[in-house]
Amino acid sequence: MNQSITGGCACSGKTTLVFPCSGAADTGEIADRAARAFVKGGCAGMSCLAGVGANISGFIASAKGADRLLVVDGCPLECARKALAEKGVMENILHLRVTDLGFVKGKSPATGERINAVVEEMGRKLSASFQEESC
Amino acid sequence: MLIQILGTGCAKCQKLEENAARAARELNLDARIEKVKDLSQIIDFGVMITPALAIDGQVKLAGKVPSVEDLKQILAR
Repeated sequence: MNQSITGGCACSGKTTLVFPCSGAADTGEIADRAARAFVKGGCAGMSCLAGVGANISGFIASAKGADRLLVVDGCPLECARKALAEKGVMENILHLRVTDLGFVKGKSPATGERINAVVEEMGRKLSASFQEESC
Repeated sequence: MLIQILGTGCAKCQKLEENAARAARELNLDARIEKVKDLSQIIDFGVMITPALAIDGQVKLAGKVPSVEDLKQILAR
């Protein structure tokens, strides 16, 4: 398997980690699949919310050390944002809720169209945070 | 005390190692410094950004190179 440090090396510029809630509902699935699709673009790396919840020091230190976190929650419960906050990770967060895009929890199967809409919104959030920088 | 520097050997990894070594020396710690460059091993720590520093197996920081003084505080905890 080809492996890399997903969020990159601090020598190579700004580091961005993506934390989807990956919840059981359809909107959680959209968050998860959108995050996986987004990181393939190379502007960010994916991390593990479960690892943060499990108190794995490397995941928590990485979340605290990244220049930006792109947190994608499926619904207003905001489990991803709150799970990170529980571990003291509250800064440099760009937050996105799938339901804010008009997708209703429980009535929005994870289609390619919906996933792409979230990926595009993630790109907009990240670009806005960088202003003129793309990565 | 085992101090591990996690990273593939970039400039910031080297600086972190230098600073950590100096901090340990200035605190007169009985510390062994080990470089971990293998990506599989780094990922096994849950580290997603480098460089990172682990003390006795616990990752204390990632993606940053603290000053010697800041590292002394981390090592002294």
